[in-house]
Amino acid sequence: MKTTLKAMLGATALAAFTTTALADTTLTIATVNNGDMIRMQGLTEDFTKKNPGIELEWVTLEENVLRTRVTQDVATKGGQFDVMTIGTYEVPIWGKQGWLVSMNDLPGSYDVDDLLPAIRGGLTVDGELYAAPFYGESSMVMYRKDLMEKAGMEMPDAPSWHFIRRAAAKMTDKDEGIYGVCLRGKAGWGENMAFLTATANSFGARWFDEDWNAQFDSPEWKEALTFYIDMMTAYGPPGASSNGFNENLALFQQGKCGMWIDATVAASFVTNPKDSTVADKVGFALAPDNGLGKRGNWLWAWSLAIPAGTDDEDAAKKFIAWATSKDYLALVAENEGWANVPPGTRTSLYENAEYAKVPFAQMTLDSINAADPTAPTVDPVPYTGVQFVAIPEFQGIATAVGQQFSAALAGQTSVDDALANAQKLTTREMERAGYGK
Amino acid sequence: MARAISTRRMALNTAIAWTIGAMIFFPILWTFLTSFKTEAQAIADPPVFFLFDWTTENYTTVQERSNYFRHFWNSVVISVGSTLIGLAIAIPAAWSMAFVPSKHTKNILMWMLSTKMLPPVGVLVPIYLIFRDLKLLDTQFGLIIVLTLINLPIIVWMLYTYFKEIPGEILEAARMDGATLRSEVLYILLPMAVPGIASTMLLNIILAWNEAFWTLNLTAAKAAPLTAFIASYSSPEGLFYAKLSAASTMAIAPILIMGWFSQKQLVRGLTFGAVK
Repeated sequence: MKTTLKAMLGATALAAFTTTALADTTLTIATVNNGDMIRMQGLTEDFTKKNPGIELEWVTLEENVLRTRVTQDVATKGGQFDVMTIGTYEVPIWGKQGWLVSMNDLPGSYDVDDLLPAIRGGLTVDGELYAAPFYGESSMVMYRKDLMEKAGMEMPDAPSWHFIRRAAAKMTDKDEGIYGVCLRGKAGWGENMAFLTATANSFGARWFDEDWNAQFDSPEWKEALTFYIDMMTAYGPPGASSNGFNENLALFQQGKCGMWIDATVAASFVTNPKDSTVADKVGFALAPDNGLGKRGNWLWAWSLAIPAGTDDEDAAKKFIAWATSKDYLALVAENEGWANVPPGTRTSLYENAEYAKVPFAQMTLDSINAADPTAPTVDPVPYTGVQFVAIPEFQGIATAVGQQFSAALAGQTSVDDALANAQKLTTREMERAGYGK
Repeated sequence: MARAISTRRMALNTAIAWTIGAMIFFPILWTFLTSFKTEAQAIADPPVFFLFDWTTENYTTVQERSNYFRHFWNSVVISVGSTLIGLAIAIPAAWSMAFVPSKHTKNILMWMLSTKMLPPVGVLVPIYLIFRDLKLLDTQFGLIIVLTLINLPIIVWMLYTYFKEIPGEILEAARMDGATLRSEVLYILLPMAVPGIASTMLLNIILAWNEAFWTLNLTAAKAAPLTAFIASYSSPEGLFYAKLSAASTMAIAPILIMGWFSQKQLVRGLTFGAVK
């Protein structure tokens, strides 16, 4: 017993101090678990061959865990990561704080002007590009062409909300387990509030007026939320208040949704015959509008950024320039086919005749171009961001508001009460944070 | 008649015990089954139980994508290391509290337990900063220290409870025979408390193995244990439940097997002193 204990203690202590052998430079890259990022990990040999002194270590995490992890590291200058995968929400806030390295000096061959203007705009603060987009996404309508035909309707390329509601009514066949429309209802700033904020934009609503006063008491918010809850109650699936992206994806793939309005990245999932029972019956359209000049679609770009203070800035820039280059897109096309190329970052990709054959390519581009993060709403606002407000307080506030709206969808509270509570809590938090003083 | 009632009651008790056992075990069984399905089968409605084409594709994918053995080794080092250091500190502490109590012993025990009442996130930033300055971020050693400290109250409490069951007179007799403090603890107390120490050790290894807050927050690539391995397969935008289940099965299998083989010691230790 004694000898075993000693041996185990010794082995543990030895192992505790063991480190792996290192190349000249090892870049630690924090990233999310999605198809495009995982594909990139499989193709890094191309990079390491061209850059023999650089080795790559991947830290792949679930989106929300990643966000917490990289935020605490960049804020405390922990130095754990050399490259971070962050989104259009973080980049403007972190860029302003001076937490990120500017990318303005990327080499000429990178062709920064080729980046889609809407995406580039979302990653730029005061003229400095703080992250390079790896893949961009918006949201759009995905619908069942067969059910639409059966309903005797034809989906326009740019539908209105009222068309969506009429179509949902006609497509719904609860006896057959088919629901006209599936939308996010699960509470969270990146779940139902991403969808509802973008939807509210198209109804003329906004989070704040120009003096940072909360606007949930406006008739526009009431109209938007009432429309959403009425439509989902009548034509949505049961238990919609707990449905997020994944739950709706599962419903749609099993043929239970007539229409689904969500991230453009879903297009490749629902058209994949391996996983989807409706792969050959899916059509796409722009996110709906209400005739006010703004569509209910969002804009997001998973991007690669370098935290200020990293020891390996040059190597990190080399890697980012490789991962977000035109050559990388060609490399993916060569190995995995054009449908698997990370979408939504470069103009040249959409000018490529081969890529144009991908069924959802044009609609993805049109959706991205229809979103303007610098002027997301009908009335002017003091913030940037389409489905979010690019301020640090937004995550907490929007999750609390999302809980109110999710409860309203579940029938636990009324639209009026949910909006009143949202107004109260947003006003309180914004006052605490010192806005509007 | 009495025998009939007792048989019926026994049957009922057995049925209830099996039902509860099955309910507790069901999520693990479901994870295991899902790990052998395709992604489409994993989300099938109605769900499929056993009648599907079993595939090991998910395990292959997970093996190709991640360095399982590095995560596994980190988990072993961190959980065993923190448990052994914890025991080395807790055994003398529990001995003194059980056999040489002072008027503050109860308060100290309560105070130790109170540290478990603070949500860990409350001290995340200070600990992160200390780790950054001491260069302990993403090291096995750093995690061993943290997990030792957070599990120490439980180890001390468990050992204290076991030691209390051992008659102090036996130790006194040893002392009268000339045993030193060291030999008293090593040759008299420890052999008698082996079931208790074994179950404390096993329980603590399980707690450390499953700890997901600190292990995720204080590691990056080098010291990340199996909790980080699982987290890398979870995604809010994409249905990868079959792969996630395969990763989860691989992460819990070692500890499950260890628990299975040591269940006698675990049960014996946990019920030690319960029946007098």
